[in-house]
Amino acid sequence: MSTQQQEQPETQEAPKDPEMKGQQSPQQERLDKKEQGLAEAESVDESDVEGESVHLKVFRYDPEVSGKQEPRFDEFHVPFEKGMTVLDALIFARDEFDSSLTFRHSCRQAICGSDAFFINGSQQLGCKTQISDLQQPVRVEPLPHQEVVKDLVVDMDHFYDQMHAVEPYFQQEDLPEGDLEEQRQPRENREKVKMSTRCIWCGACMSSCNIAAGDNQYLGPAAINKAYKFAMDEREDEEIKEHRLRILEQEHGVWRCQTQFSCTEVCPKDIPLTEHIQELKREAVKKNLKFW
Amino acid sequence: MSQSYNRGLIEDFGRWKEFSAGMWAWIFHKFTGWMLIGYLFTHIAVLSTAIGAADGQMMMLAGEEVNVYTGTIQGLESLFIIRVLEVGLLAVAVFHILNGVRLLMVDLGIGLDSQDKSFYASLILTGVITVASVPTFLQGVGF
Ligand code: HEM
Ligand code: SF4
Ligand code: FES
Repeated sequence: MSTQQQEQPETQEAPKDPEMKGQQSPQQERLDKKEQGLAEAESVDESDVEGESVHLKVFRYDPEVSGKQEPRFDEFHVPFEKGMTVLDALIFARDEFDSSLTFRHSCRQAICGSDAFFINGSQQLGCKTQISDLQQPVRVEPLPHQEVVKDLVVDMDHFYDQMHAVEPYFQQEDLPEGDLEEQRQPRENREKVKMSTRCIWCGACMSSCNIAAGDNQYLGPAAINKAYKFAMDEREDEEIKEHRLRILEQEHGVWRCQTQFSCTEVCPKDIPLTEHIQELKREAVKKNLKFW
Repeated sequence: MSQSYNRGLIEDFGRWKEFSAGMWAWIFHKFTGWMLIGYLFTHIAVLSTAIGAADGQMMMLAGEEVNVYTGTIQGLESLFIIRVLEVGLLAVAVFHILNGVRLLMVDLGIGLDSQDKSFYASLILTGVITVASVPTFLQGVGF
C-alpha cells in the first residue's frame, strides 16, 4: 500500500517488511479467507455485521499547510473488524481515505510507547484500546498539555527532558572486586522495583496530570517513577540514594503531587505511579527527620 | 519546524467532564478547605460583634431588649437563609473531614487501590449525614 511513505521520516525500522504489510502477503490471504468464512458464517443470523462500521472523529491540524492551520475534527467511517484497535482504525483511515493523516506508531503491541492518544477523553495507547470497548463516535485527539506538531503528533521533548532530569542511570561507584564479578540484585529487591521498570515512555501519565499541566517544571509521574526504580535499588549506596532524594524533594519534585491518581488510572502498563510517588515522599521525609 | 499549535487554557479547565474520581476529590477538597476558612473568618467577625454582651451591652430584637450575644445569634438563626447555609457548612465540613482522612490514608500508603471507592464513600456518607441533619437545622423555620 502506498501509505507507508508517509511514515518514512518517523520510522526507524530500516528493512521494510513486505510480508507484513503488502496486501497480498500469505498472512493477509489467510486472514482474508478466514474473514470471508467468518462473514459467511455470521451473515446468516447477524446480517448487520457486514455493514458495521466505526465512526472516528479525529483531530486535525497542520501548521505547514495554509488550509489546515485551523484545528478541526475529521470524520471517518471505517469498516469494523473483530479485535480492531483504535490504531487499526486510524491506519485504515490513513491508508484508505486520507494519506495525510499523521500519527506515530510502531510496535502495535503496547511496548514502543509511541501511540498514546486522547481517546474518548482519556489517555490511552491506540494499539491497546479495543474499538469494541468504546462508545461511538470514537474521538481521537493528540495528548493534552503537549504542543501539537501535526494532527495526532505531539512534541515529546519536554517529557523526555523531565525523564532525563532524574539521572536515570545506575550510579554505583564502588564496584565489586574482580573483573568478572556481577552486581547482583536480590530477588526481593528486583520484585520491589519490578512494576516501575515497565514504563514505555508513552507520556500518557504526564498528559493526564493536572499539576503537570499547571507547572511545566514538575518532574511528572513517569520521571518520578523512573527515579523510584533507581532510588529503591539496593545496589546503590546510601549517599547516592540521598542524592536522588535531593533531586526529588525539590520544589518541582514529589511534593507537587496532589494524589489525584490520574496518572495511575491512565498508565497502560498498570504502574502504581501514585503509590511510588507517595513512597518517595515518605523516604524524603525520613531522610530529613533525625531525632538523634 | 514551524510554530506549533497550543490548544490553550481549554485544556486545563475544559476537560472537567473527563476527570476521574481522584481529580474530583482534589477539586472538592480545595473547595471545601477554602469554604471552611471563609466560614472561620465570618464566624470570628460575627462573634466579635456580639462579644459586648459580657459588658452588659443590650440590643433590640423583635421589640424585646436582649443582650447583644443573644440578639445576634437569635437574629441570625431566625433567617431561613442562615439555616440553609448551616446545612451547607455541615456538608462542606463533613466532606472535608472524610476526604481529609482518606488523604491521610493515601499519604500513609494505605488502601491506594481503593482510593476511588473511598472517595465515593465520602461523598455518599456526606450526602446521608447532610440529609439527616436537615430536620435539626431547619427546626422552627421550615419544619
Ligand atoms: C478533622 C478535620 C480536618 C481534616 C481531617 C482535614 C484534612 C485536610 C488534609 C489532609 C488536607 C491536605 C490536602 C492535601 O493533601 O493537599 C487539608 C487541606 C486543607 N484544609 Fe483541612 N482538614 C480538616 C479541617 C479543616 C478546617 C476546620 C479547615 C478550615 C478552617 C480546613 C481548611 C483546609 C484548607 C484551606 C486546606 C488546603 C486546601 C488547598 O489545598 O488549597 N481544614 N485538610
Ligand atoms: S509511567 Fe505509564 S503512562 Fe507514564 S510514560 Fe510510563 S508507561 Fe506511559
Ligand atoms: S504502537 Fe507501540 S505502543 Fe502502540
